[in-house]
Formats: sequence, structure tokens, C-alpha cells
Amino acid sequence: MSGITAERAVPDRPSRADSYLTVETGLASWLLTTDHKRIALLYMAAITVFFFVGGAGAVAMRIELFTPQADLLSADAYNRAFTFHGVIMVWFFLIPSIPVILGNFLLPLMIGARDLAFPRLNLISWYIFIAAGALAAYTLLAGGVDTGWTFYTPLSTAFANGHVLAAATAVFVAGFSTIASAVNFIVTTHLLRAPGLTWFRLPLFVWALYATSVVMVLATPVLAMVLLLIFAERAFGIPIFDPLRGGDPVLFQHLFWFYSHPAVYIMILPSFGVISELVTCYARRRVFGYSFMVYAILWISLVGFLVWGHHMFVSGQSVFASLAFSLLSFVVAVPSAIKVFNWTATLYRGQIVFDAPMIYALGFIGLFTIGGLTGLFLASVPVDVHVTDTYFVVAHFHYIMVGGAVSAFYGGLTFWWPKMTGRLYPEGWARFAAVMMFFGFGFTFFPMFIMGFLGMPRRYHVYPEEFQVWHVLASAGAVILAAAYLLPMGYFAWSLVWGRRASANPWDATGLEWQTSSPPPRENFLVSPAVDRGPYDYHPAHTGPPSMEREPHRPQGGQA
Amino acid sequence: MNRFSLWPQAASEQAARVDLLFIGLLVISGAILLLVAGLLLVFCLRYRRGSSAPRGLLPGFLRRDVEIGWTTGTLFLALFLFWWAGATQLRAKDPPAGALEIHVAAKQWMWKARHPNGAREINALHVPRGEAVRLVMTSQDVIHSFFVPAFRLKQDVIPGRFTEMWFRATEPGEYRLFCAEFCGTDHARMGGTVTVMQPEDYARWAAAQPQEENLAEEGARLFTALGCSGCHAPASAVHAPLLAGAYGRMVHLADGRTIRADEAYIRDSILQPKRDVVAGFEPIMPSFEGLVDQGDLQRLVAYVQSLRGEAAR
Repeated sequence: MSGITAERAVPDRPSRADSYLTVETGLASWLLTTDHKRIALLYMAAITVFFFVGGAGAVAMRIELFTPQADLLSADAYNRAFTFHGVIMVWFFLIPSIPVILGNFLLPLMIGARDLAFPRLNLISWYIFIAAGALAAYTLLAGGVDTGWTFYTPLSTAFANGHVLAAATAVFVAGFSTIASAVNFIVTTHLLRAPGLTWFRLPLFVWALYATSVVMVLATPVLAMVLLLIFAERAFGIPIFDPLRGGDPVLFQHLFWFYSHPAVYIMILPSFGVISELVTCYARRRVFGYSFMVYAILWISLVGFLVWGHHMFVSGQSVFASLAFSLLSFVVAVPSAIKVFNWTATLYRGQIVFDAPMIYALGFIGLFTIGGLTGLFLASVPVDVHVTDTYFVVAHFHYIMVGGAVSAFYGGLTFWWPKMTGRLYPEGWARFAAVMMFFGFGFTFFPMFIMGFLGMPRRYHVYPEEFQVWHVLASAGAVILAAAYLLPMGYFAWSLVWGRRASANPWDATGLEWQTSSPPPRENFLVSPAVDRGPYDYHPAHTGPPSMEREPHRPQGGQA
Repeated sequence: MNRFSLWPQAASEQAARVDLLFIGLLVISGAILLLVAGLLLVFCLRYRRGSSAPRGLLPGFLRRDVEIGWTTGTLFLALFLFWWAGATQLRAKDPPAGALEIHVAAKQWMWKARHPNGAREINALHVPRGEAVRLVMTSQDVIHSFFVPAFRLKQDVIPGRFTEMWFRATEPGEYRLFCAEFCGTDHARMGGTVTVMQPEDYARWAAAQPQEENLAEEGARLFTALGCSGCHAPASAVHAPLLAGAYGRMVHLADGRTIRADEAYIRDSILQPKRDVVAGFEPIMPSFEGLVDQGDLQRLVAYVQSLRGEAAR
């Protein structure tokens, strides 16, 4: 069976009666759907709203920080703005975005399944997410919460005036949605792979989703537990963290970071998967060191559970505990470095095309490298003592979370947009947005490294004058960055009406998701696919593609 | 303090060591970043679609050896950096004996300092240059963090326990003090100035402050008022540990453990006397939990510390 004939066997566009977008119509057909593709779009709608809400918090902060004095916001309003920015962006944007939008849409397609293992659970998890979001919206409308997204005790249990319990409940409920999706993904990956799709033939995005889901299932209950403890102490006065009644406030930090450090990997691992798909497709190369990429993902998920203490080097924990966590943090940096090297090496002897998703991917590699390398500074105890709780840390995690995960999300969305909607986005605008996002990000967040090293503490709404120049740079960069985030929303919306129709496989990619029409039919594949080779078969093994033209690739599977 | 600069002022011994490590990390990360960016750029140009660069058989060594090579290379680099950073931290672990001890109490939203001679300051700290200074800190409400960028030092200040940090200032001058752990509404305004003075200026400054009883003397009065002296005084009939010289010593406990009688131990023994009972004594001491506040605890601990000197003399 030749890949080319298999591809030609697929109609580019399904008939109106087949496309998942039009097979049923009416509001109820969307709100009660169990189709993973439609649920992904439901998630996209909800998460876009949260992105704007969380973004509004960032805008308010960047305007306030333009001058050293308090002009726009009072101290309390500023504290509520950054808390809300953090809570919304972490639990309602970053953690769900790639898994439940791209993952929900693509996981069954990539493994040749008709849907996730538990389609109704998938829908329920969306409703739980919406309930959590409604609670978060209530928190905001009721006046907000002023503890920072980290809810440190005893500030959150005894001293904060905001609606701590409402915010904690919102996060608590959101956790159930996360766990439901994660269980669904794990079972799907185990049980619903197409014939011949062995574990080491899985695309790296599937591996990344799988590892992320395992981390979610193991870590999120710890968050639920610690939020319940906050609830017990604040609402019912049961002393757990209150030092006046024999509690230990630092215990909270241990429990919180035992969840929240793995949560960092929940946010970044899926983007590793996305970037692997993009780099290999646009370089027309097999991914370099596929098995090492898989082991790196697994190693990160495992060791990610053992490094939480590096958030607590100045918390008064024993210096020897700090050193142990420091060592483990250095060790967890290794697999991330491997991934960067492998993406770079994938370009070697490729046929590189600089379409928008590739520009996002290259930008991701650059920004993630800077974010990762500054992680080495923070893993070094003496340097961390100086820069922790300053803008250096703010810059570091935004490089990973925003420069990394959000760039990957936009890149992935651009790449799979034709598959999701059947329409092509305007390439020129998309390239422009990708380049603008890279530079806007750099202008916004690089100055934060410098001012953090100079000693500017985070969560300050007024600050000494010597830091103003850096804040002005960051605020100016944020304008560019905001434009770069809004632009794709504009041209994506435009493409829904005026975009050119996409073929089944517009990028000549090898994955199974491209072996069906764009948009896919309700049941994903008219004929169930079978797989007879590993992923990314863009050229004969161990040679490059011919120098003058694109070699016709071989798709991973065909409709058997 | 208000000049534009790319490098923060350095005014302590630890600052010099941290800066050295920071420069080392900058050089190493810069090299890695240049390598990655350079490779990306070269590959992107050379292997752009349709370029005439040859793309033949991949050399055999590239398939596996390179992968193993850069994995181990990165691992060894990580271990080297860990060793360097860890060694730097351990060098600064313990304060030298006889360090000047200043008590710091944090509350929303101010820093209060108490010098050994009883001088008090708010949102300011005067310290002598060249002398080891040890800060013993506690908070009266939420977690704060004592941060002096010019010293490259930061330590969380936690309610219900003592944390400490020490430094040796090297450059006279005025430096910013920040609260680095978010502590509520006026977190951003919870700061002050650390003034490093020549030792003789510091002595003059300290002598010129309004003289009050120092912490230890206040502690001594509390010690009597609360009834501690009824058992712990040398002449007491009750069988209780003598406190003279106890501070800083290793103590054998009834359950076989050995523990150092530091601030935390003294504090715990006042609040939870039954937890770590000294070998050879009955657990008869009542808890003073709820009877003493954070300030009283600091005074009592300071008093017990002051007894160290009498034993040594």
C-alpha cells in the first residue's frame, strides 16, 4: 500500500452531511454533544473568554506599573488584579488550553479512534469546567481575592479580606474537570489505538498528552486536599496552618508546591508535543532521537514530582533539604535540554519551510531555551536566594509558560486550524503575527530579568524610581504582545468565512489526523485506519530528502 | 541609590560570591544559547527548502552516539553547576561565633529591629561594616521576607518560629530593604533602609539611641513574673534543668535523641514542654502556649541566650 494512493483515497472535503461541524445543527446539538471535536470547540470558546479576563488583569498591571507611583489602581485593587491574573491564567487557561482544545480534538484522530474512551465523561468535564469558571467569575464580581495565586497561609486563612473561599472553590472544582479529562486521555491512549499503532509508533504529541494526563491524575488530588485544608481553617476555624494554635504555615507551601511544580510540567509538556509535530513537519525530517524524546518526557514527568522544594529555598527549610532539591532541579533540566538539542538536530539535512507554525516553533525553541537556562540560575541556591520573589522569577516562568506554552498553543492552533475548520488561514498575516509575538514577548519579559536581578520584588504596585526604565520597556512591549495575541483571533475568524477551503492534508504531514477529510466526519474516519510504520516518515531512513524538491512522504497509516 | 545600572550594588561578602556564580552561569548559559541559536540559524539557512546543500546518508555516529554524548555532557554540566552553587551556599551556612545579634520582628507592614543594647529601629537597620551580623527574625502576623538586594540575601520571616540570616557588610552606604513575600495590602510599602556604618560610627550611633532595657533584661523580668524562676532558678527545690550555659549546647533528650538548644528549641520548650524533655527530668513543666505572645517569647529567648555568657565567664 503506497502512502500516496492511500492519501488520494480520502476526499478532501466531506459532504455537508458528513462533516462534524454540520452533521447536526442547533444549539442543543452543540451543548449536548459527545463528539470530542465539538467538545474541543466548546472548550476553545470558554478558554478564549478566560484568556481575555486573565489578560485584562495583565493589562491593568502593566498600565499601573508604567510609573513608580500608584495612579490607576489602589494597593488592594492591584493585589486583586495580579491574583486574578494568576488564578485565571494558570487554572483556566494554561493548564487546560493545549490538552482540552488541541488534545481533545486530536488525540482520537492521531491514534485512529472514533472518539475518546468516555465521550460523556468528556462532556461532563466541560460542564464542570464551566461551573468552576462561573465560580471564578463570581469571585471577580464579588470583589476579588488578594492572596496571590499561591494562597500562602496564614495570609489566606486568617488575614486576607478577599473572597478566598470562592476562589479556592473555583480552583477545587476546576481540578475535577482536569482529572476527568486526564483519565479519559489515559484510557483512550491505552485502549483505542489503531491496529499496528504500537507505543513507540505514537506521535510525540500523544506521548506528551499521555504523560501530562498521568501527572494531572497524580498531582491534582494534592491540590484538592490542600484547598480543603484552607477551607477547613478559614471557614471552620480548624487550626492546621495557624502558628498561634500549633499549626505550621510552611506545611502549606510544601503541599501546594507538591502540586504546583508538577503543574508547571502539566503546562509545558503538551507544548513539547506540539513543537515536535511542527518542527518535524516543516523540516520534512523524522524527529531526531524519537526514543530519547519519549524518555525525556517520561523522565520530566517523574522527576518533576521531586523538585517542589526549590520554591522554598528562603522559607527556612534546612540548607541540606535545599541542596537536595537543588540537585534534583539540575537533574530535571537535562531532559529539557535534550529536547531542545533534538529539535535543533531535526532541522539538520531537512527541507525547511518557514510557514507560520514553523516560525512559532522556532520562536518557542528560542524562548524556551532562555527560560530553561534561567532555570539553572534558580536551581542554584545562592543565586535563587537573591532573585526569588523578584521579577527574575516572574520573567523566568513567563518565558516557560507564555513564551513557551502560549506560543506553542498558537502554533498548534495555526497548524491544525485547517483540520478543525476546513479553512486555510491567511499565511502572510499568520507569519507576521508569529514574528510579532516573538519580539513582543522579548520586549515585555526580558527587562524583567534585569530588574529582578537588580532587586525589584514581585507583587509591588509602587516601586523605587530606579526600576522605572525597565517597567516602561516591559509595558511598551506588552502592547506589541497584546496585538500579536489579538491578530490571530481576527484572521482566524476571517478565515471561517472567507478562508480558502483546505484539502485533507494541506501540509503533506504524515500523522493519522491528516488521513481523513478536513474537517473530519463525525466518526473521524470513514474506514478505520491501520498503521504499519513509525511516525514522521518524511524520507527514507537515515538520508535526507532530495535537495531540490519535496520528497512525497509516507503517511503513518492508511485506511485499511 | 538612584543611578541607572545593569548590576546591583554589592555590599556584603556573600554578594561577591553570588556575583561570581552569577557571572559563571551567565557565561555558560550564554554559550549554550549561542550554540543553539547558531545551529538553528545555520540549519535554517543551509537546509531551507530547495537549497542545494547535500542531504545524503546520515553519518553513522550521528544516529546514537551524539545523543548519548550530549545527554551525558549536559548531565555533567548540571552536576558541576550543582557542586559550585552548593559549595557557595555551604560556605555561608553558619554565622561565626560572636556575631552581633539583632532581633527583627516583622508585622503588617513594618520592620522592627532591636539591637543588643536595646536600641530600637523601625524600617531601618544600622549595622557595622566588617562585623558578622546575625538577624534573628520572627513575624507577628503573616509570612514576610527580609530582602536586601545589595547583600544578595533574603530570608522569609515566619510567624510562630525564628528564622535567621547572617551577613558581613563590606561597603558603608545606604541600601534598600524590601519585603519580598507578599503580605497583604501594603506589601509594596513595607521597606526601609539598611545603613552600613564604620564600626566606630556604629558604636557612636548605638550609644546615642535612647537607652532602654534590652531584650534580655526584659526577659529576665518576665522570667520571674511568669514563674519560670520558681523551678529553673539554681536555688529552686524543683528538679528542673538549669538554664545557665544551656543555650547552644547539645542536649540529650529523654527519648535518646540529641538536639541543639537553639532559639527554636527554647521556644518550643516554652510552648510545648512535653515534646523534647531533657534526659533525667520529669515532664512536669506546664505549657505557656497562649500566655506569652511573640514579643514575650523573643524576650525570654534573649534572656536564656544571655545566660550563656555567665556560664562561660
